[in-house]
Amino acid sequence: MAQLDSKTPSGPLADKWRKYKTEIKLVNPANKRKYKIIVVGAGLAGSSASATLAELGYQVETFVFHDSPRRAHSIAAQGGINAAKNYQNDGDSVHRLFYDTLKGGDYRAREANVHRLAEVSVNIIDQCVAQGVPFAREYGGLLANRSFGGAQVSRTFYARGQTGQQLLLGAYSALSKMVGQGAVKLHVNSEMLDLVVIGGQAKGIIVRDLVTGEITRHAADAVILATGGYGNVFNLSTYARGSNATAIWRAYKRGACFANPCYTQIHPTCIPVSGDYQSKLTLMSESLRNDGRIWVPKKKEDCDKAPGDIPEDARDYYLERIYPSFGNLAPRDVASRAAKRACDDGRGVGPGKLGVYLDFADAIKRLGEPAVRERYGNLFDIYHEITNENAYKTPMRIYPAVHYTMGGLWVNYDLMSNVPGLFVLGEANFSDHGANRLGASALMQGLADGYFVVPYTIGNYLADIKPGTRPSVDAPEFQAAEKNIKDMTARLLNAKGKAPVNEFHKRLGKLMWDYCGMARTKEGLEKALVEIPKLREEFWADVNVPGSGATLNQALERAGRLADFFELGELMCRDALTREESCGGHFREEYQHPDGECKRDDEKFAHVAAWEFQGAGTTPLRNVEPLNYEFTKMSVRSYK
Amino acid sequence: MVAEKTSTKNISVTLRVWRQAGPNTTGHFVDYPAKDLNPNMSFLEMLDVVNDELERKGEDPVAFAHDCREGICGTCSLVINGKPHGPNKAIASCQTYMRSFKDGETIVVEPFRAKPFPVVKDLITDRSAFDKIQQAGGFISVRTGAPCDANAIPITKEVADLAMDAAQCIGCGACVAACKNASAMLFVSAKVSQLGLLPQGQPERDTRVLNMVATMDSLGFGNCTNQYECSAACPKTVSHDFIARLNRDYLKASFRSSFRPVSAAAGGGA
Repeated sequence: MAQLDSKTPSGPLADKWRKYKTEIKLVNPANKRKYKIIVVGAGLAGSSASATLAELGYQVETFVFHDSPRRAHSIAAQGGINAAKNYQNDGDSVHRLFYDTLKGGDYRAREANVHRLAEVSVNIIDQCVAQGVPFAREYGGLLANRSFGGAQVSRTFYARGQTGQQLLLGAYSALSKMVGQGAVKLHVNSEMLDLVVIGGQAKGIIVRDLVTGEITRHAADAVILATGGYGNVFNLSTYARGSNATAIWRAYKRGACFANPCYTQIHPTCIPVSGDYQSKLTLMSESLRNDGRIWVPKKKEDCDKAPGDIPEDARDYYLERIYPSFGNLAPRDVASRAAKRACDDGRGVGPGKLGVYLDFADAIKRLGEPAVRERYGNLFDIYHEITNENAYKTPMRIYPAVHYTMGGLWVNYDLMSNVPGLFVLGEANFSDHGANRLGASALMQGLADGYFVVPYTIGNYLADIKPGTRPSVDAPEFQAAEKNIKDMTARLLNAKGKAPVNEFHKRLGKLMWDYCGMARTKEGLEKALVEIPKLREEFWADVNVPGSGATLNQALERAGRLADFFELGELMCRDALTREESCGGHFREEYQHPDGECKRDDEKFAHVAAWEFQGAGTTPLRNVEPLNYEFTKMSVRSYK
Repeated sequence: MVAEKTSTKNISVTLRVWRQAGPNTTGHFVDYPAKDLNPNMSFLEMLDVVNDELERKGEDPVAFAHDCREGICGTCSLVINGKPHGPNKAIASCQTYMRSFKDGETIVVEPFRAKPFPVVKDLITDRSAFDKIQQAGGFISVRTGAPCDANAIPITKEVADLAMDAAQCIGCGACVAACKNASAMLFVSAKVSQLGLLPQGQPERDTRVLNMVATMDSLGFGNCTNQYECSAACPKTVSHDFIARLNRDYLKASFRSSFRPVSAAAGGGA
């Protein structure tokens, strides 16, 4: 059974991080250059960590499966990044950001981690501005802010609807500088396929070159995974097509615990599905809810009418009605379920009746079209490209879609997994968002972890590792891991069945959406736990992956990632089944208040469930880390 | 902008696709039928469907670069009917929809063609030259943890907006593919302008432009001859005005660098 010690420092909440930083062990500058750190992934967390660790003097090797670090999916984040700067003088503070994030996560995150996140949020904005990130500004030249869900202050910094892009390009520029200086060795088109654990510690990775097909071994003193989330298990999501769980899943199979896999975020404002050929869903930023009003017709009979023909008094602005104090800015999980309830009630709009309106008519009347265009123009353009509809004239149609995963590899306060030497950052870990993430907090966490947390905490680990003890890549553990990967590749290529990889991915995605999506039941999850293994067997027997492993082979890449999604999907269902409560993004129909809100069970489930691999075909072990709240009272989350 | 009117009838087209096994082999066009396509399908989803059919038959699917499929990661890079990113303005290949094509049409699909972007396989090219240019100077040197408060340097909205216009570049390389000289000057000018416009970027303004341009030249990109095909093909409509800014910055930096006093400690006179 894994030891799950969160290693949270003692003392008052607001002093923990400061105290930790003054008490941790340091690595002297002459020794730093003797340690090699592998970073996998180059999104916000991976790029910022790579650049910062290289600045400190460590040898850094960064691996990305993309052809350039700038392609990582952090680039697609639209709306903004939170920080407790209180530049608006509207009562914000570190404590308030901490509290909003903890409450937004439905009291299922660790207090100390969340507080640290809120503390360093202010440094992130300073860092990014210094790098030349062109955040939006007011006419006086100072930084502008907007509001996001789950908060009653304006603390979100943004760069039009492309905040993730600008922050990633900032981190990419910092990384590029270190690559140019030779301080970071960058491996592009390089996919991590296995973690190498020697003597219980993470000591390296096995990598496939996606262009040549060559499999190589890489040793290090510590390994950092910053490989993002696993929402593509649903096939249709707002993730990039290449986003995958392979790095974290293979680490799980080498002993790293996987925490709260069932915590999935369904984003309320995405463009609805239009056909079965569809490969991805596109998000319409939450920032739109600052000025857009969400509604459906009050009566089913009105659903087929043009929205303009439905009079004001026949419309149900249901978020404003049910949650008067937060209105259209209710948190994502709450807003998504409200949309689902409206559609389940037969009042959905558009083809298939799986959609609700997001209406800007009032904002345009109040501010004028140019002001709305200035704020959201690129989002209206995206909507137009996809749907061929003009949202300045007619309301957008939106529906919830899979967007983020709060679960991930278990880490302690140092962001280190239960496998010593394996650090996990950003969306790939489970640590800061509990059961639901607030908008504009993913960018905050990725950069906090990479710029301001792991550069301190990794030193605390390396200080106890004797320099020069890095194993050779000829060690038997490296050989075994490489053989494992080559065998798996051969098995995929030799199946020579009849169906393409995508077909299996679509079928898995449908199972996951139906049984482990926005609403889950015991019965459905049990069914999924029967159906998923069946489908997985069928996949291994009947998939057709043409070509060879010794060349660029996109079908092989997809097949390997899907093989992991099958196993991870099963674990998600198992986690959802055992968590007999509703919290944040995890909604079990059996556990709800009469008004349809989540009914938590703090007696039984105020804990992190961290699953431990027990070998193929064996049920994994469910370890528990209790969430002991010292400073905050777990209360019923209300946005009314 | 796409056409306002949506056809709801499914269409069938013939794809004439560039197939090339690797960088050192000869490529050729192969025709594939794509039948009964919903006009709301994206161009890449149409390629997915064609590839699924090829995989079902055990044939090698068409390799093409893609990832976010929402026009921001810069991975997708198709030349469709002779135009980088296809027939519509201000979008990437992934945002092209089948409603832009006619029933029965033959659609020619090629990789970006430019000497500094060698073909890796089929429709995928190697654009690592862009990363090398960035590594030569596309940054502001600021160590993590060092900066002052973000509001300590006010920047007028006009300047911030203009910097953002330049910063929107997604690094796809369509500008290079569209240019008869394979010039990367729109790409370089975007980064040079973004950082050169902002006060934070001033200390390294000269070295940045000199180093980025020198690297650009050494990688085999051509020069700008003011045809503006680059900004016409740019999915983010980065303006060619930034190239003028790049030229001015480069000229000033070249001039200043010849006269800049160098400290004796660095081997020069005062």
